[in-house]
Amino acid sequence: MSAPARSPQELNDTIAGGIGESPLRPDGTLKVRGEFAYSSDLWHENMLWGATLRSPHPHARITRLDIAPALAVPGVYAVLTHDDVPGENIYGLKYQDTPALAADRVRFQGEPVAILAADHPEIARQALKQIVVEYEVLEPITDPERAAHDDTLPHLHPDGNLVRYQRILKGDPDATADVVVSGVYEIGMQDQAFLGPESGLAVPDDDGGVDLYLATQWLHVDQRQTAKALGLPLEKVRLTLSGVGGAFGGREDLSMQIHSCMLALRTGRPVKMVYNRLESFFGHVHRHPAKMYYEHGATKDGKLVYVRAKLYFDGGAYASKTPVVVGNGTTLSVGPYNVPNAKIEGWGVYTNNPTCGAMRGLGAVQPTYAYESQMDKLAAALQMDPADLRILNAMSEGSTNVTGQLVDFPAPVGELIQRLKDMPLPPERTGPVDIRDMPGGASNTTHGEGVVRGVGYGVTIKNISYAEGLDDYSTARVRLEVIGGEAVALVHTAAAEVGQGLVTLQQQIARTELGVQRVTVHVADTSVGDAGSSSASRQTYITGGAVRNACRAVASAVRARFGRDDVVLAGGKLVASDGEALVSLVDVLGDEAVEETREYHHRKTYPLDPETGQGDAHVQYGFSAHRAVVDVDVDLGLVKVVQLDCAQDVGKAMNPDAVVAQIQGGSAQGLGLAVMEEILVRDGKVRNPSFTDYLIPTILDMPRMRVDVLERADPHAPYGVRGVGEPPTISATPAIANAIRAATGLELPRVPVRPEHITGTEEKK
Amino acid sequence: MRVNVTVNGEHRQADNVWEGESLLYLLRERLGLPGSKNACEQGECGSCTVYLDDVPACACLVAAGQVEGREVRTVEGLAEGDRLDPIQESFVECGAVQCGFCTPGLLIQAHDLIERTGNPSDAEIREALAGNLCRCTGYEKILDAVRLAASKR
Ligand code: FES
Ligand code: FES
Repeated sequence: MSAPARSPQELNDTIAGGIGESPLRPDGTLKVRGEFAYSSDLWHENMLWGATLRSPHPHARITRLDIAPALAVPGVYAVLTHDDVPGENIYGLKYQDTPALAADRVRFQGEPVAILAADHPEIARQALKQIVVEYEVLEPITDPERAAHDDTLPHLHPDGNLVRYQRILKGDPDATADVVVSGVYEIGMQDQAFLGPESGLAVPDDDGGVDLYLATQWLHVDQRQTAKALGLPLEKVRLTLSGVGGAFGGREDLSMQIHSCMLALRTGRPVKMVYNRLESFFGHVHRHPAKMYYEHGATKDGKLVYVRAKLYFDGGAYASKTPVVVGNGTTLSVGPYNVPNAKIEGWGVYTNNPTCGAMRGLGAVQPTYAYESQMDKLAAALQMDPADLRILNAMSEGSTNVTGQLVDFPAPVGELIQRLKDMPLPPERTGPVDIRDMPGGASNTTHGEGVVRGVGYGVTIKNISYAEGLDDYSTARVRLEVIGGEAVALVHTAAAEVGQGLVTLQQQIARTELGVQRVTVHVADTSVGDAGSSSASRQTYITGGAVRNACRAVASAVRARFGRDDVVLAGGKLVASDGEALVSLVDVLGDEAVEETREYHHRKTYPLDPETGQGDAHVQYGFSAHRAVVDVDVDLGLVKVVQLDCAQDVGKAMNPDAVVAQIQGGSAQGLGLAVMEEILVRDGKVRNPSFTDYLIPTILDMPRMRVDVLERADPHAPYGVRGVGEPPTISATPAIANAIRAATGLELPRVPVRPEHITGTEEKK
Repeated sequence: MRVNVTVNGEHRQADNVWEGESLLYLLRERLGLPGSKNACEQGECGSCTVYLDDVPACACLVAAGQVEGREVRTVEGLAEGDRLDPIQESFVECGAVQCGFCTPGLLIQAHDLIERTGNPSDAEIREALAGNLCRCTGYEKILDAVRLAASKR
């Protein structure tokens, strides 16, 4: 195997700290020195640059495709189309419906049509313009609700425009109640906006195979899809993770994987592909926009009687994670509340809008915004305190959720809300204001007149790990050996560190389980078993479990070698149960390493009943709650989030500092969705594919946060952990939206809340 | 075109530079200094921030030809040998680095702020770093890191 000259690094910084402590990242020093090799930093002698030609139309038939003029450009080494896909020109995460390169039809603006390789990125870009494509433009399908019900629309895929329909019926679906509130809620299309661009380097090998170094979330699923398109056996398509600049779900679907390998195999030279920001907006899937119809019924004293909802998720051109979004969206549709009766329907559809797939909080973000808006509406109708209403209905251990599944682990929902309620509110503004703290900030036009304050809550439940019967596992190989007179552990998994801190955690587990200080984390690659995806808040749980299992297998092999099974590994020694150190690990190991590979599989889950939606679909839940305080300038429609507090149960804080960091970062993304982040799509076309026009929160937008972390161990999970990454993103958005409503008294049935929604100057469609 | 430039105190020369190339491309692809990051190449995110004659600038917005005879200092030039600059140390210690893609730009911008003001207030830190996007951290630990670095002076 030929590694690139600038290649991914093993991480062996020796920083002490086991489980429950907060050791520093082993990649921290490399990152602050600028020496950490991200996928866009890779370099290989003789490499070419790949580029992609994309469709300008959301829906069109390709009538002519001529690559000859591009091939004639000096410096261009290959131009490839669908005809050149060596294997099957179709891939997909759940359904196989996405062409690697469009053949006769394009279904979204930005769909890849041709690729080429040249010796300078600018030549590559210029040469793209020489490829001739003629289109017969077709009417785009853009209304998801119509796509779900109107079978007279043209079919975007052979089976029609419905990706998945799921119904959930609980108790008496036609129950009635004293107090009823209803609403229609919409959520815009959010983007993951990770900073590191999609990129990778494909290096052809002499054996007809290819090595791909890349930023991704799940090496093995990329490997399977890429090998199939290349028509190669798995072992000839080897993937190695290089530095990932954030992911948030946006790297679950393929981007340049197949393309860069095709170009490398055709030219016989290493090919690097790096998307620019414009292309990144077109090259990855986004969060599903949704339209949601909700009705809540409650008794006079505030107990929920029923929830009825219809949820429409716009999946865009290809299925991607839409089936899962419908599954999560419906099964989590009533939130962390006890609801005896429910009738829920969810539709995921194909349209000619940009493809939507995984993003942090998958499928739970949309309904949480809707049901938390409803909870405030219900509180108002009942003249109750919104936090008290939530506490009254909060699920707890022993509750049964909407699919009939028993919650057989701690679920401290009411406590989370109470803790937020008990936190101090910011002081009321009196006297002169620092205008930098006002909505609009330093470029303000207010000195406090027209500014009103509001407080809002948001609470969520998110399933952790994959659901509905998937055997979602991870593999870890751990070796213990003597290097330089010291026992050193090497941990090797295929799990993707995307910034969340997984490498630190792997070291913590190995240090704790094996009683050693030095732990090296091997570069993640496909030469070790599948680790599943860095998504669904599952890596600490599942890969953490695999590393634990492998470490324990190593420890028992060491004990066997020593000939006693009543000893533990601690402080580099074998220690008897009375605490006596018997022998050093170095002596037991000698020259012979101990190596073990183990998997971790979570508890079995089951598919939902297609008729009733009942079933034990989920492994575990994460719970979080936010309280937001906002100032709103009602004249200008500007919002300033003054305070954003979060309480979350994490089961066990494996690395407390990293947990808090995840909560802060997730909350920022939730804030973004509440007040600024939206990909604007009109007639299937994206109107703001840049960081100039797609706004993400800056340091000026984020308030200080109070973070309260609970640790109610889950008896079914390794170390009691509960997934951490997603919940804070989900509950921040409705907390802020509810606070803006509380401040203004406006209905605000849509996020992000834009200035025109507050000032009432919205352009009518 | 040929470009002569001093980078991190060393004289460097690049040949066959195309007129449209940015300083960022020159650094990353011709001079082997990929520390400055290519997150947007539109001047919007600050990830590519470098010192250009002691003033922070977005390297993606500067044409390579414009740096002829000038001095550039990148994230790779902040540490002295094995000794990290206090701002680098503080980012590591405070957990201000997650994916780290925003980090090089933030380090240069924060370094400049501390050089200029010594002990910046929170409002000054927020103002100075407002042009540097970070998608992972929520910024709180970045604020902590800048405060810590300032206190180390
Ligand atoms: S890469 Fe230069 S500002 Fe974003
Ligand atoms: S740490 Fe990932 S963008 Fe800042």
